[in-house]
Amino acid sequence: MARIALDHIAHSYLPEPKGSADYALKRIHYEWEDGGAYALLGPSGCGKTTLLNIISGLLTPSEGQVHYDGRDVTGLPPEQRNIAQVFQFPVLYDTMTVFDNLAFPLRNRKIAEPDVKKRVLEVAEILELSEVLKKRAANLSADAKQKISLGRGLVRSDVAAILFDEPLTVIDPHLKWQLRRKLKEIHEQLRLTLIYVTHDQVEAMTFAEKVVVMYEGEILQIGTPEELFDHPQHTFVGYFIGSPGMNFLPCTVAEGGAQVAGGRIALDPATFSLAQNATGELQVGIRPMYLELHDTAVANGLQASVSLVEDQGNCKIVTVQLNGTTLRARLPEEKPAPGERVWLVFPPQHTKLFADGRLLQEQPS
Amino acid sequence: MDKWENNRAWFLVLPVFFIVAFSAIIPLMTVVNYSVQDIFGPGQRVFVGTEWFEEVLGDKRLHDALWRQFLFSGLVLLIEIPLGVVIALLMPKKGWGASASLVILALPLLIPWNVIGTIWIIFTRPDIGLLGAAINTMGIAFDHTASPIQAWITLMFMEVWHWTPLVALLAYAGLQAIPEAYYQAAKIDGASAWSTFKYIQLPKMRGVLTIAVLLRFMDSFLIYAEPFVLTGGGPGNTTTFLSIYLVKIAVGQFDLGPAAAFSLIYFLIVLLFSWLFYQALQNVGKGDVK
Repeated sequence: MARIALDHIAHSYLPEPKGSADYALKRIHYEWEDGGAYALLGPSGCGKTTLLNIISGLLTPSEGQVHYDGRDVTGLPPEQRNIAQVFQFPVLYDTMTVFDNLAFPLRNRKIAEPDVKKRVLEVAEILELSEVLKKRAANLSADAKQKISLGRGLVRSDVAAILFDEPLTVIDPHLKWQLRRKLKEIHEQLRLTLIYVTHDQVEAMTFAEKVVVMYEGEILQIGTPEELFDHPQHTFVGYFIGSPGMNFLPCTVAEGGAQVAGGRIALDPATFSLAQNATGELQVGIRPMYLELHDTAVANGLQASVSLVEDQGNCKIVTVQLNGTTLRARLPEEKPAPGERVWLVFPPQHTKLFADGRLLQEQPS
Repeated sequence: MDKWENNRAWFLVLPVFFIVAFSAIIPLMTVVNYSVQDIFGPGQRVFVGTEWFEEVLGDKRLHDALWRQFLFSGLVLLIEIPLGVVIALLMPKKGWGASASLVILALPLLIPWNVIGTIWIIFTRPDIGLLGAAINTMGIAFDHTASPIQAWITLMFMEVWHWTPLVALLAYAGLQAIPEAYYQAAKIDGASAWSTFKYIQLPKMRGVLTIAVLLRFMDSFLIYAEPFVLTGGGPGNTTTFLSIYLVKIAVGQFDLGPAAAFSLIYFLIVLLFSWLFYQALQNVGKGDVK
């Protein structure tokens, strides 16, 4: 196990990168704590797999260093970093049995056969693969195969971290849930450092203690699922996390609040004072679950028209038009669907203000 | 559902049925027809039962040709398959080198078969051939028209030169289809180059190598044009393969009955061995360990 530090990492796939657009990863500087469960979350092409490959050693970064427990491993290949990786689809040695698959990394490292056997049986027990140890790996189902790929990482007692590159993509939905739970169990049992790449926010939020949200080669925010949901540091985080994502309205600062196209939204005093000094393009952001809909005119209410009501079984998603801007609100299932006209209320404690995409907040002094 | 409606589906099979019938079954039946009768001319024929088959099966020269044929196909598979795989492993994976090596490899495959024979006749002539003359100048007496061993060596070189590229191209395609993640996983697991070959590359080439083995077996077992042009089956009968002997019986001696019986046996041997190879290659390393 190891603490992994990324020291000013940047990577470009081009031999001579010029502008920042040539970089797949820009300025990554972060330390992964020993024994933590992290998820790297972001849309396709945001650089999360590049970052994972830099951590594992499959890629050497163009700039910066990678440290494992303070040791510089930037130039070392994966096998010398004691890393294990689970890929998008199960990577197996088809002609070997499950046992031989699990034993393979140990045998390559010239570990004595009795120890290999002991370790493989232990890991098979954890992964519930004991029954199929003598079967050929090629004849198993996709989820069992993915467990074997994971097992090849777990057998190595010296493994520094296990990296996952969207490992559940090819697994059936009901088995996904089981495997995710298994992963969590293994993490609690063995306290290995796990880094998990995914574009699925549900996967990231349920698996990880800390979620790292990436966008266009940069880390936008690192936090617990709760922090990401309640305090998105960036409009992209607000939009990407949560279903549906956060609502955003362009605004200007006006007397006591934010002036948007359809009226004025009250802000809490702290946000308001920050807003007065803010530069750049301002946006008001609110989570759909906090946006209140009223059937009759209320104080501070902005009049809007309802364009769509989607019943999702456990809640209703109401799409409204506020002077040309589309907003979504999430209503509890027991609330009746609203009529054509509604009045929107933005509770100040849940209304965030963003300048040039970044959250306005008190700078820690 | 109405039964008649189901039966209408048979009409959909008719086009294929006719194509197969005219391309394979009817010509084959003609051969069957000749193999059980003695035909002198139109309307003059005698049913002879299994006489031709018995005659052919007892033919000493045919036995010799059959063993020669097995030796030849065996050598072809033993040399060309491993060599083709090695060439494929050594070829560049991308860039201009990949395209260039593909074109160079494909060249021998584009030459008509009898021209291949002619090229090698000239190439190996002891007096004016580039290779033949060079070997003789080095002090080694070389003339494949005089020595059976040298005839076989020349023949094998020609065959390997001509057809190994096919195996290499197939193996190369198989290697290119292996996802990068397998190599990355092998690296992470600390596998040596040999282990990577044995446990990843070779199993992943199963499909293309099955095709390569079947094609090379069938083609080499049925080989005619190149050895016929190069050696004419000689010296003596030492390079007379089954198809050369078959043509001798059918065209040279006009013994259509024995030739037909022999053709059927020939066909069944090829079919049987292709099936055996296919089964073996499909199942090796697949069943569960007891």
